[in-house]
Amino acid sequence: MSKEPVAVVGVGQTKHVAARRDVSIAGLVREAAQRALRDAELSWADIDAVVIGKAPDFFEGVMMPELYLADALGAVGKPMLRVHTAGSVGGSTALVAANLVAARVHGTVLTLAFEKQSESNAMWGLSLPIPFQQPLLAGAGGFFAPHVRAYMRRSGAPDTVGSLVAYKDRRNALKNPYAHLHEHDITLEKVQASPMLWDPIRYSETCPSSDGACAMILTDRAGAARAPRPPAWMLGGAMRSEPTMFAGKDCVSPQAGKDCAADVYRQAGIADPRRDIDAVEMYVPFSWYEPMWLENLGFAAEGEGWKLTESRVTELDGDLPVNMSGGVLSTNPIGASGMIRFAEAALQVRGQAGDHQVDRARKVLGHAYGGGSQFFSMWLVGSEPPDA
Amino acid sequence: MTRHLPVRDIAVVAFAQTDHRRTSEELSEVEMLMPVLHEVLAQTGLKTADIGFTCSGSSDYLAGRAFSFTLALDGVGAWPPISESHVEMDGAWALYEAWTKLLTGDADTALVYSYGKSSPGPLRDVLTRQLDPYYVAPLWPDSVALAALQAQALIDAGATDEPALAAVAARSRTDATANSHAQLRGSVPQGEYVVRPLRTGDCPPIGDGAAAVILAAGERARELCARPAWIRGVDHRIEAHGLGVRDLTDSPSTRLAAEKAGAFERPVDTAELHAPFTSQEVVLRKALKLDDSVRVNPSGGALAANPVMAAGLIRIGEAAARIHRGESDRALAHATSGPCLQQNLVAVLEGDPR
Repeated sequence: MSKEPVAVVGVGQTKHVAARRDVSIAGLVREAAQRALRDAELSWADIDAVVIGKAPDFFEGVMMPELYLADALGAVGKPMLRVHTAGSVGGSTALVAANLVAARVHGTVLTLAFEKQSESNAMWGLSLPIPFQQPLLAGAGGFFAPHVRAYMRRSGAPDTVGSLVAYKDRRNALKNPYAHLHEHDITLEKVQASPMLWDPIRYSETCPSSDGACAMILTDRAGAARAPRPPAWMLGGAMRSEPTMFAGKDCVSPQAGKDCAADVYRQAGIADPRRDIDAVEMYVPFSWYEPMWLENLGFAAEGEGWKLTESRVTELDGDLPVNMSGGVLSTNPIGASGMIRFAEAALQVRGQAGDHQVDRARKVLGHAYGGGSQFFSMWLVGSEPPDA
Repeated sequence: MTRHLPVRDIAVVAFAQTDHRRTSEELSEVEMLMPVLHEVLAQTGLKTADIGFTCSGSSDYLAGRAFSFTLALDGVGAWPPISESHVEMDGAWALYEAWTKLLTGDADTALVYSYGKSSPGPLRDVLTRQLDPYYVAPLWPDSVALAALQAQALIDAGATDEPALAAVAARSRTDATANSHAQLRGSVPQGEYVVRPLRTGDCPPIGDGAAAVILAAGERARELCARPAWIRGVDHRIEAHGLGVRDLTDSPSTRLAAEKAGAFERPVDTAELHAPFTSQEVVLRKALKLDDSVRVNPSGGALAANPVMAAGLIRIGEAAARIHRGESDRALAHATSGPCLQQNLVAVLEGDPR
């Protein structure tokens, strides 16, 4: 049976900042949604359904906030779904919305993800209470640092690689007006001199805590034909999950990530990702995850990912740009971070990425992960429709 | 207006649920869920690795911890890695997501589960956190008080009265006598007022529980189930959040969802309604145009067991199970979310002609 092709015809996001004290949660999400509608030159009445995602409800202290947000997102009288798959949720939300179009259940869908982290303290929101987790494991960095250390030991990567990623992503963010961190005086030396937080992760190699929202308008072939600007076509999309902890788990390069990428590549007809994919927006909350995910996603052989980073392949003007937008390292409204990756991939193939546009970006991968590296969602978007 | 019919035949082929109880403090959520997962898989002979897509529904606020669903995944046994997703909603919406996934053709089978433990915290207080966080939630209006507003509006409109509501409660709990999973069964006194005009008997029990169903497409469904419950349509709609802008005596979102799901194309013989309060059954019967010929909530409904986040999925499971057993040919199942029936889902299920 055939699926309806899915196109991204509108993208909107807020300027991400540490605290948006000027808007309510409803005001924040509406801002991103309206920008996406404006990009698509559509109105609220053109939207058939709304799919919304965010990371845990405890971040804002609102249980199932989609109920309260129905009015702000023009959803009254429409179907509204709420997705939650931990850090990967922004990506998963887009994929659930895409399925509604692919299944021909709806023609045009608004999908949106957000986090207003200033309403709480994400550090402690992510520190699960004993006995669910071992003591002294504060925040996400506490969980992921040992896995970074394992990667360094396994790959023999020099300990300078992490700071190269952070330095690159923060410079890329200067070209992205929506990015949270705009560190105009950033230098490699400053990154390397920043305090050690969770050895080997330094302060400047970690993501910020942001308020922000990201929205996309997804539509079918007929909707894409009416779009005022070039659409991004979804060429493949997949989710994979595996248990948090078990003896056979490879925390450095989880099997679920490999399987998810393989499924996306199969759908998109990608034989060699390093050759066939032009750029990648990947979920890198701690700098070392760039080389780790380059391997997990098949862009480098095992143990070789850091060499791509070190040889400047992943720079904005490199052969395989990674995180052109500045990435999660520069902007992290957790629930939205995955969707921002997906949306940035779409902006690139639409040629709408502004100062951080990559030349000839025809096929771009958007990637998100969550939980204890257990949830993965990815999509590959292209400038040409899937059957062209 | 003609309705777009589903492009693929998809059915509920198996259903399992826990015995719902006031408290299950000796069990973790995963321990509560595991037997249900094993049971639903055993009904079909499928193993986790055979399932094409898995989707669950739950809420962190019930567990009192962030990412509570991640541990439930361990119970599924997600190895090798599985294609999986989660909604922070009742499991009925997880079933909707799984249904659309099967419609795309990306999978032929789906496991859907949901669970909720209401016992760790005071549920009435917890549910206030669903409300507008700036203007309403700080006042802590609880779920029973909001339902009482709706009930009083119905009485004021002449749509029901207290004896009629008591009759709904009595019928539901008498029906629940035949449901070994129900928390409240048999003759239950209508009791004192909790919030006027609602008495104890008008309110659902607070309890812990879990449920799971398996969906399958086309021939796969016939292989897995002697009489599959074919999903002829599912739709869900949401209304405004502010109670002041809604007519609480009506449920236009339920009516629209039913229309889009094809519920009005032919009469149904059974309806499983997610009406946690007796007064809400009055609203739903009107919106769904159900007359006395329709068997409503033969399971006892949410008045007999209302494990939050699972109660909606259980309605679909109960309706499907009646079709599996040959007790129904065309059934309607309904799930709700939010204060005073803000969000509603309707599914229409059919068995093959006999």
